[in-house]
Amino acid sequence: MLAIFIKRVFMAIPVLLAVATMTFFLIKLAPGGPFDAEKAVSPQVLKNLNAVYNLDASEWEQYTDYMSGVIQGDFGPSFKYPGRSVTEMIASGLPITFELAMYAILIALVIGVLSGVLAALKRNTMLDFIPMAIAMIGICVPTFLMGPLLVLIFGIQLELLPVAGWGQLSGDKILPSITLGFAYAAYIARLSRGGMLEVLNQDFIRTARAKGLTERMVVIKHAMQGGLIPVVSFLGPAIAGLLAGSFVVETIFQIPGLGRFYVEAALNRDYTMILGTTIFFSAMIVFFNLISDLASLWLNPRSRDV
Amino acid sequence: MSKNSSLWSDAIYRLTRNKAAMIGGGILIGLIACALLAPWIAPYSYSYQDLDLGASPPSSDHLLGTDILGRDLLSRILYGARVSLLVGFVATGVALVIGVSWGIIAGFFGGRIDSIMMRIVDILYGLPFIIFVILLMVIFGSNLWLLFGAIGAVEWLTMSRIVRGQVIGLKNQEFVLAAKAMGVSNFSMFKRHLLPNILGPIAVYATLTIPQVMLLESFLSFLGLGIQPPMSSWGTLIKDGVESMEEYGWLLIYPGLTFTITLFALNFFGDGLRDALDPKTTDN
Repeated sequence: MLAIFIKRVFMAIPVLLAVATMTFFLIKLAPGGPFDAEKAVSPQVLKNLNAVYNLDASEWEQYTDYMSGVIQGDFGPSFKYPGRSVTEMIASGLPITFELAMYAILIALVIGVLSGVLAALKRNTMLDFIPMAIAMIGICVPTFLMGPLLVLIFGIQLELLPVAGWGQLSGDKILPSITLGFAYAAYIARLSRGGMLEVLNQDFIRTARAKGLTERMVVIKHAMQGGLIPVVSFLGPAIAGLLAGSFVVETIFQIPGLGRFYVEAALNRDYTMILGTTIFFSAMIVFFNLISDLASLWLNPRSRDV
Repeated sequence: MSKNSSLWSDAIYRLTRNKAAMIGGGILIGLIACALLAPWIAPYSYSYQDLDLGASPPSSDHLLGTDILGRDLLSRILYGARVSLLVGFVATGVALVIGVSWGIIAGFFGGRIDSIMMRIVDILYGLPFIIFVILLMVIFGSNLWLLFGAIGAVEWLTMSRIVRGQVIGLKNQEFVLAAKAMGVSNFSMFKRHLLPNILGPIAVYATLTIPQVMLLESFLSFLGLGIQPPMSSWGTLIKDGVESMEEYGWLLIYPGLTFTITLFALNFFGDGLRDALDPKTTDN
């Protein structure tokens, strides 16, 4: 177990290095320099700007400079917001995005696991069909449609909840969290239903029932441990999806999180901001994938020796 | 069931008995026909503006109403279907070509080649691909063909895993060994002996990839990083609809409904195809 852990961690390092390098040189390929604004700058000013931002050095020198900065947590200055560093902007957006993602995952896990397990236990009844039909809706209605629809219904028509913002009005965190969590609740419901159905047919469940355990004990203690492994393995990739979801949700609800910064940077072509956030996002995703891999290894004894 | 039933005729029999899949398939055929025929059946051009009219609710002249610039929404949805479906099919095609070749080579040669190729897939799985697609769109501009390529290059990973698994199951069977003994070249081995036997899973996964690809395209267009105006895809229409949904709800409802129904149809048809080709998975 420890050997696997160390191996995985060491595999993550070259991956991150490759991502950072690739992104750095891809950005260099972008047409136009960072100072090609609407009004042209004089050659002298351009030269000074390039000197200030170290753009007159050789590409290799820029690369090594940048990478040694990144290792120390310094992602350089933002090109579009003079005076602000990329690290500062990440630090200001991250807690908000993190909170949003936590609420979304929580909603998704609670609703998803409960309805999935229940659907598997009450197979082919209304308790199975109705949640699974709703789950199908959750999978087919994309976040960028679900969010505006929820706003239209609960924000504008019923005037129950604020339509935008984060932490300013009471209840303004509810709609964004539900919007982001809904699709994952749907996936998790389907995964846990499938996983539970598979486990419930196995011999050890029959044994557990035969030795007179209550149904509740059979489900909670024996079936769920195996039946929910697919959910645990799904959580790692789900983090990557949540990130993409946060781009949409933070744009719709005007939340000043990392996702909206990223989309704005992409639309404004703020190259240093894109570079920094891409590296940062990659590191987070690699990290969460690692955690979810290790968790499912730990839950599934049969895969420990592989 | 007929007496001499092959895998495919069996599958078609099961598929035709699956109502949800047949309805999904019917909707898809209708949509594809509408998209192909858009220049002839659309009442207006997608860029024709009637600025005096502005945004008007559905009426007999404009069945689904018009947008702020007085453009006919029905026509724009029909033309948008061309872009959205085209992205869906072409990008899935790209993903198919890469994924199938990668999986066949890895599975057939096995050994070190296999472990290196699959390790690469493992690593790529862990990367934030959506961000890379955005990165490419930012750097090279929102070019439609680049969009196809970028999305296709993201979606091939699962396909390569599925194909590899199938090929490993096949390669020790007698007919493959016999072909090998007869000195069949690697290329015709892939083409004549392996590929026909794994078409089932490939078809299933391809049908399920199309909605994912369409989602990705509309996601990018929604953020303003995909299809650029005056062209419209369903993603850009939804984006426009969201911007004016308080006053002109129909601009969000109809494109959203079209998109959702299409995704439903694709998912139901894909699920039905999977059940038809592989009865064992029906339970999930």
